[in-house]
Amino acid sequence: MTSAAVSAVSASQGELTARLRGFREVQRLAYACAEAVAAQLKPGVTEREAARMQRYWLRERGVADWFHLPFAWFGDRTAFVGFRVPLQFFPTNRRLEAGMPFILDMAPVHQGFTADIGYSGCLGLNPVHDKLLADLEPHRELILREVRERRPLREIYEDVERLMTRQGYANRHRAYPFGVIAHKVGQVKERRWSPRLFGFGTQALKGLAGDALHGHRDGWSPLWSPYTFSDHPPRPGLWAVEPHLGFRGTGAKFEEILVVTDSKDPEQSAFWLDDDLPHVRRWAEEKSA
Amino acid sequence: MSIEQATERWVRTGGVELCVAELGDPARPTVLLVHGYPDSKEVWADVASRLAAHFHVVLYDVRGHGRSTAPQPLRGGFTLEKLTDDFLAVADAVSPDEPVHLVGHDWGSVQAWEFVTVRRTEGRIASFTSMSGPSLDHFGHWIKKRATRPTPRRAAQLLGQGAKSWYVYMLHTPVLPELAWRGPLGRQWPKILQRVEKVPAGDYPTASLPQDAAHGAWLYRDNVRARLRRPRADAYAHAPVQLITPTGDAFLSERLYDDLEQWAPRLVRRSLPAKHWVPRTRPDQLAAWIGDFVTATEDTAAGVAPRDTAASGPHADRFGGQLVLVTGAAGGIGRATAYAFAEAGARIVAVDRDAEGAARTAEMARLIGAPDAWAETVDVSDEQAMEKLAEKVATEYGVVDVLVNNAGIGLSGSFLDTTPEDWKKVLDVNLWGVIHGCRLFGKQMADRGQGGHIVNTASAAAYQPSRALPAYSTSKAAVLMLSECLRAELAGRGIGVSAICPGLVNTNITATARFAGVSAEEEKRRQQKSSRLYGLRNYPPEKVADAVLKAVVRNQAVVPVTPEARGARLLSRFAPKALRAIARMEPPL
Repeated sequence: MTSAAVSAVSASQGELTARLRGFREVQRLAYACAEAVAAQLKPGVTEREAARMQRYWLRERGVADWFHLPFAWFGDRTAFVGFRVPLQFFPTNRRLEAGMPFILDMAPVHQGFTADIGYSGCLGLNPVHDKLLADLEPHRELILREVRERRPLREIYEDVERLMTRQGYANRHRAYPFGVIAHKVGQVKERRWSPRLFGFGTQALKGLAGDALHGHRDGWSPLWSPYTFSDHPPRPGLWAVEPHLGFRGTGAKFEEILVVTDSKDPEQSAFWLDDDLPHVRRWAEEKSA
Repeated sequence: MSIEQATERWVRTGGVELCVAELGDPARPTVLLVHGYPDSKEVWADVASRLAAHFHVVLYDVRGHGRSTAPQPLRGGFTLEKLTDDFLAVADAVSPDEPVHLVGHDWGSVQAWEFVTVRRTEGRIASFTSMSGPSLDHFGHWIKKRATRPTPRRAAQLLGQGAKSWYVYMLHTPVLPELAWRGPLGRQWPKILQRVEKVPAGDYPTASLPQDAAHGAWLYRDNVRARLRRPRADAYAHAPVQLITPTGDAFLSERLYDDLEQWAPRLVRRSLPAKHWVPRTRPDQLAAWIGDFVTATEDTAAGVAPRDTAASGPHADRFGGQLVLVTGAAGGIGRATAYAFAEAGARIVAVDRDAEGAARTAEMARLIGAPDAWAETVDVSDEQAMEKLAEKVATEYGVVDVLVNNAGIGLSGSFLDTTPEDWKKVLDVNLWGVIHGCRLFGKQMADRGQGGHIVNTASAAAYQPSRALPAYSTSKAAVLMLSECLRAELAGRGIGVSAICPGLVNTNITATARFAGVSAEEEKRRQQKSSRLYGLRNYPPEKVADAVLKAVVRNQAVVPVTPEARGARLLSRFAPKALRAIARMEPPL
């Protein structure tokens, strides 16, 4: 379904189809939510409260279903320090303090389109966090370049990890389920009742499971991991890419949708869905300043 | 003996004349050093000369000591109230307008605690650095708390300190201490200090020692019983306090200061692996810490904001401001170790042949708490380059306090496939790199004579034989033995040596390792495969770095890190045959 959506990019202008526009709208909505909630964060707010603020904000704007419910991580939980079981990802009663880094991560489904975003920030001054955020930029470039080169996803994963190591950081997306740096997202049917399983929307999980099944037959996987099942060239579709840096109790990530198509033109074969996002704007501002 | 270039003056107060010495520019902040028992102001000579470059340094002989006159009669002439009068008289004479930065050692610290906790000195003290001398009032409360509600731990603490205080009981006997000090003890004291306390020989103690010690006995008799029986309840410090605790102090337990935050809210803790007479044995470190603390206090008073990347990591009390050199610091364990020391506030020299990586390590180290960090591009196997590095570090950054010889390369493949060139390369880096480091920087440490620590990164392969790693294991076994021998040799000079033996740690060593006896293509494949395996094992180098810091703090000889390294160590002792069986297995590459 998603591959159908993305193959229909107008080659001349690179204009987006209605479907891609739908995905971009919901991604923008999610980032707007992240910025709105981040602006309201103050010392003493807990992770649970921050997650609830995201949920309410999006629900007020028509979001009824989720790929996954919003997460919020504060302090050294942004680097997943001491995470052993997946339950530790869920928001806790950790309170935000001055200078603490935080990450808001949400995946709303709006009118059938899915977004999955990650927003890193910190409360007040934190030079280490600033450095981490700035050092995420080459990863965004590296991933796009190597996807356009049609390198196997597993190799790209390893190259990202090598760059992180060279920068002096730890790869923290390895802590995610299956150690994924990205996963596929797609359109889901809007249903009046969509229950959730461990914070993940069942509709979205169904889509992922369907992809996994098809992929298993054809030799690809909707999960972009360091394992052999990701040893295949990029599969057309929408990938929510989330490189996550960790450095001694401080973590930073971005997450946004990478569009992969079957176009022969390298420029059109892969591109970021939207270049007008907070972290991209921030890098541009830093460069001009 | 007099302190070089000091100007002396006499301050008359309460029936005695105090001999006051001054060094440095009087326009600078005043640092007032108070000596202990049985000492005179000359105990501070080395520290004072180092501080004089930046501060107005003032020392005085406590009444009855050195060249100051003694009160008449002696009994009742040494109460803390009278000592406070003396301090105020000296402070008013040398720095009438500005408050002084107080530094006390032993009884100097005991009395300085009194100065800094009584009301009438408020505004006259800008900061206080205490070493080896608790407040008698705090001590009294400490004893009361433990005696009235003794848990096993508290009782043990009480008994431990009770045993360390044997000399206090002796000093309360009449006449005998005076006789001993004026007789054989006074004559033997310099030798005792050298042998037991490792105080370097020289022109200390001074000739006035028997007199000082005899008079000083009244410090104890006039104050200890009175204060311990009825400690003041309001002994709160009205200035920021820096507490320097020598961890090998034979007279004072570290536990004495457990509740100190309650009395001194603005407390900075420092710890030093040394014995009681730190002003004689560790003048460099003391001068650095006193200087930093005085400067920080002055900056705060002047409204200058402190650094926003202050060191707050574990062991910051131990490594703050120390100079740490790490080789192989561009990645893996070396980089993580540099970061861990940076978080503890150490100054870092990151050495690697990869210039970019070393620079990156130094940059990040500054961000997380290192007051300063430098990158040096050197190949550790290059003897001349290492000599140049040692010279540069000594002249530009100072003598290294902690040396981490970590640089190493991997080499796998059967012995019969390993060429002489392979052997040479692996031994050059893994063994000769360590030898050069220990030789050059260890010599600087030994020459300075103020302690230090050397950490060598060996490996679990040092005691776990393996058919896959003959050359690498040989080089690491050599490093392990070198560390043990060096530890024996340097123990007498207060320099510790530790060997760290990590098992499989997720670092870059697998990706750059040489695989002997296979084609370039196969080598690449094996590098990838082993990197993936190590990635699956995923033991982070940060944990090794934590073990390095802990090894230095505890002065451990051999530290296996990772469960497999600990298991192999255990087997090598109790079931070496099992290890030999494992050694025969072909690794899954």
